[in-house]
Amino acid sequence: MNIRGIHAIYRYEMNRSFRTLIQSLVSPVLSTILYFIVFGAAIGSRMDNISNVSYGAFIVPGLIMLTVQMQSVNNASFGIYFPKFIGTTYELLSAPLSFVEIVIGYVGAATTKAVSIGLIILCTSYLFVDLDIKYPFFMFCFLLITCITFSLLGFIIGIVSDNFEQLNIVPMLIITPLVFLGGSFYTIDMLPPFWQNFALLNPIVYLISGFRWSFFGVGDVPIFTSIIFMLIFTSICISIIWYIFKTGYKIKN
Amino acid sequence: MSEIINVQNLVKKYDNNFTAVKNLNLKIRQGEIIALLGPNGAGKTTLISTICGLSSITSGQIKVNGLDVIKDYRKTRELIGLVPQELALEPFEKVINSVKFSRRLFGKKDDNDYIEKLLIKLQLFDKKNNIIKSLSGGMKRRVMIAKALSHNPQIIFLDEPTAGVDVELRKDMWSIIKELKNEGVTIILTTHYIEEAEMIADRIGIINHGELLLIEEKKELIKRMSVKTLKVKLKNTLDIIPTKLKKYNLKLIDEGKSFLYYYNTGKERTGITSLLSDMNKIGINLFDIQTEETSLEEIFVKIIKE
Repeated sequence: MNIRGIHAIYRYEMNRSFRTLIQSLVSPVLSTILYFIVFGAAIGSRMDNISNVSYGAFIVPGLIMLTVQMQSVNNASFGIYFPKFIGTTYELLSAPLSFVEIVIGYVGAATTKAVSIGLIILCTSYLFVDLDIKYPFFMFCFLLITCITFSLLGFIIGIVSDNFEQLNIVPMLIITPLVFLGGSFYTIDMLPPFWQNFALLNPIVYLISGFRWSFFGVGDVPIFTSIIFMLIFTSICISIIWYIFKTGYKIKN
Repeated sequence: MSEIINVQNLVKKYDNNFTAVKNLNLKIRQGEIIALLGPNGAGKTTLISTICGLSSITSGQIKVNGLDVIKDYRKTRELIGLVPQELALEPFEKVINSVKFSRRLFGKKDDNDYIEKLLIKLQLFDKKNNIIKSLSGGMKRRVMIAKALSHNPQIIFLDEPTAGVDVELRKDMWSIIKELKNEGVTIILTTHYIEEAEMIADRIGIINHGELLLIEEKKELIKRMSVKTLKVKLKNTLDIIPTKLKKYNLKLIDEGKSFLYYYNTGKERTGITSLLSDMNKIGINLFDIQTEETSLEEIFVKIIKE
């Protein structure tokens, strides 16, 4: 295995984030703090507890998921799309690197950034709400796997996109609505019956529910359903990437 | 010289069914400079791309240093450095970081001394902490070469390295290429500039429509293909070519004051002696003679047309 090659990609991507620290770190954290202030402090103080959890605390897992999913997709998609755009993918393809190693480098960096942002938001949330994490180890594992999966998804989007517009279409028009409607700010049972069933078609519901379970021991769907769904989602992303590299789709001529 | 690249029956067909390379065979010897000439779309870049791993192979086999480029891609790619035609560089990165990144991709440990020497050789040392975006086109081209050489390859592919650069930089590039050859690096370059191939290549390959039309030692090619022109100025004007001289296919010019005779230097006899002797026999006196040699460019055009 070309460990130095993987590390080179990883380091390069991380350095790119450090060069644009405000965009990479400050911006998502600030946005989430604003959510805490508006939904947690201002509106949340007038809302009832949900499953014996204050509304301010209740939205913490959802807000973390909302941010890390978007950040994973954006970082990974831009990470591989930008070399495609400027033509430097020739370096990766002509180097003694396997496709798996290239994916590890890019997805690894995107995951690291997203997990870091998630943890910073978690730490920040203690400034606004009383929070007690019931299963911290599970919470971290869930956070990590979510970031890996969405980074894989972002990598696919970056490969498939032919221009910046396409690069933004999936995150803006598909992932953002799904995340907002996936129970970040409410539980599914707060919806009318029809929309409850409809919401269960949203894959993000299972991820947010599982993550929330690790905080409070309660979720919209059973934890095993969340875990199984997450594994299926991860497997689908890995399969698509495997196909892309096997066929060279949009990578090799 | 031993053979370092062996392309056997290579076919590259794109998804749209366009065949860019047709059953191409090519052997490249270690330490030589080989220039691949051909018009746009001839298949030069596709050939390089398949050897370097940028393009998949439809059929055929490519071996580098005896190893298959697909099965043993790690070992073969370690030997190769590639400078593509386009200036493809991360604009916001420093020169030194960009070069180090390329070396690391090849699984090599950092070697600051080597990188420093490389940057000095390519006159980039003063610019090592500059952001690539701030460099001139010529400097960016040098950065591309530095990146390709960062892992100390034995073979370097230069895809039109001097396309769009000024004369001075082109000459600098030629001296860099010659220096690399002296260090034992095998150099394969594609070019549109016949002058470039004429100046620096050991062997010349001509590609058109995905086929390798010929590959030959430059000197041999020029010798074999070159047709020299003998211009004979006459003391007295001729109205027509005399019957006795018709066999020489002379071309009367300057209103009969001169004629042209074409001969091939590659042949055993040029026919000049017998022409002059026959002229003497029929009483045509010459005033002056001049010779002109065919350039590689004329040879190239002739082969492509054929």
